Amino acid sequence: MRGSVAEALGIVGLTRRFGALRAVDGVDLSVERGTMTGLIGPNGAGKSTLFNLLTGTLRPDAGTVTLMGQDVTRMRPEARFAAGLGRTFQIPRPFARMSVLDNVMTAPTAQLGERLWGPFLRPRAVAAQEARLRARAMEVLDFVTLAPLAQHPAGKLSGGQTKLLELARVLMGEPSVILLDEPAAGVNPALTELLIGKIEELNRGGTTFVIIEHDMDLVMRHCAPIVALAEGRVVFQGSAAEAQSNQVLIDAYLGGVHA
Amino acid sequence: MIGVISYLVFFATVASILAIAVLGLNLHWGYTGLFNGGVVAFFGAGAYGTLMLGGAPQPHLGGFEWPWIFALIGGVAAAAVLAWIVGLLTLRLRHDYLAIATFGVAVAFENTMRNAQGFAGGAQGIRGFERPFREFAGNGLGWNLLYLALVLVALVATYLFLERLARAPFGRLLRAIREDEEAARSLGKSPARIRLTSFVTGSAIMGLAGGLYGTFYAFVSPQDVLPILTFQIWAMLIVGGAGNNRGAVAGAFLIWGAWTASGWGLSRFAPVDWQLYAGSIQWVLIGSVIVGMLMWRPEGLFPERVGEDRPQTGRTT
Repeated sequence: MRGSVAEALGIVGLTRRFGALRAVDGVDLSVERGTMTGLIGPNGAGKSTLFNLLTGTLRPDAGTVTLMGQDVTRMRPEARFAAGLGRTFQIPRPFARMSVLDNVMTAPTAQLGERLWGPFLRPRAVAAQEARLRARAMEVLDFVTLAPLAQHPAGKLSGGQTKLLELARVLMGEPSVILLDEPAAGVNPALTELLIGKIEELNRGGTTFVIIEHDMDLVMRHCAPIVALAEGRVVFQGSAAEAQSNQVLIDAYLGGVHA
Repeated sequence: MIGVISYLVFFATVASILAIAVLGLNLHWGYTGLFNGGVVAFFGAGAYGTLMLGGAPQPHLGGFEWPWIFALIGGVAAAAVLAWIVGLLTLRLRHDYLAIATFGVAVAFENTMRNAQGFAGGAQGIRGFERPFREFAGNGLGWNLLYLALVLVALVATYLFLERLARAPFGRLLRAIREDEEAARSLGKSPARIRLTSFVTGSAIMGLAGGLYGTFYAFVSPQDVLPILTFQIWAMLIVGGAGNNRGAVAGAFLIWGAWTASGWGLSRFAPVDWQLYAGSIQWVLIGSVIVGMLMWRPEGLFPERVGEDRPQTGRTT
């Protein structure tokens, strides 16, 4: 097993088939700590499947995944969040009929009051924990500029606000690695800038990001390194400048844009 | 006058017992999104359990003459154990599939009780139950009033228990799983375990309602666990408002009132040749109420409150 200290995510030989289709086909990838990796590739390249393998929603047919040096290949999704891996969804999944604040307060693991008898047997400890969580949740909401909407039903937020909410929810778990699935899709440009600004701020604070994004301009400006997938394989890995001059990449993906 | 009062006491007792069952269903459906189509199985387990443990010796199983309160607790435990087994087997099913599976469990329960003569008295049911506090309150209106008071205590206790749960992080977690299980998993939650906890707890509450119901009539038979009761309890929750405990209680009184009134009205005013179909007409009415409510006011009379039911935080809307 590889797994250097500088590695946030170590992916070795990761494979997942759907029938005859190899959606992810022997992917080897080392994501260094503190980087903001951009994951690009045409539709059907296997980007979202790779995310689902990393978060544990899907089981791999072969290969291993390490998170901060720890082998998480057999871990269930809920355990991976506790181990420091957060994710957002391509199509946002807010808890619609809950307030924005409740959405965010749900996230931390190991809450005393989440046990059936917790609120009855240890009311004070639960109340104290709730007060701390609420204060922390308001800080996080403030950071993503949603604090004024704390009591709004999450289902009434705009698309961009929902992306911010998902980010806030994930941040409550204080993850070391965050996977973002198309954060800019369906978000207006002003809100996209805000979102990317927040992500870069977190990244400077040491959080590692892996970002699936179709907005090439955004990826080229903000992500390093850039990793391209095609037909389930890594076909390119390098800087933005290298990506724009790489013939394989232009053929596989950028070709359609430049032609 | 006495007649009216004793009828009102009788009505309030049955409505309050049903309200407890509706509160149990609200924990399942309103808070956790579990589509339990077999409410009567858990209600029945509570009723049968209580009467078998607390009743006089019988030719069939049961008749252990436990003190009433222990028999009632035993009935609740019977419902909880049944729910735990059913839950382990079916909770991986979603929505309509879970409803079909639990409906099947309820039908199987009714048929077992109807046919297992040596187990639960078969079609004749279980009789010969000594109602509690009889020597103290007699057998007439006095006992009925005392029992209504007991049932109301149980209803208030259940209501307060569930309200506390709903406002605690546990309730928040239930709602999160109801809204989006996969998102909840991505945030480190274990939906399978939480769904089972909710299912067993709600079913135990239905068992409590069943135990109180069996005690009230000092009798239970397969006729008490027919699917119509599941539909009535669902109608109460839908009309009252899923996700709102006050709505659940109000729905129970409203629907039970409408059910009783329609039965009385049909027997009094409907033409004689319609009388034969009075039961079927009531079925049609309850079905129409469910459908009408789902079409025109799916959130119920008392909708779930989102965001503003937390007095600790200021409103910003």
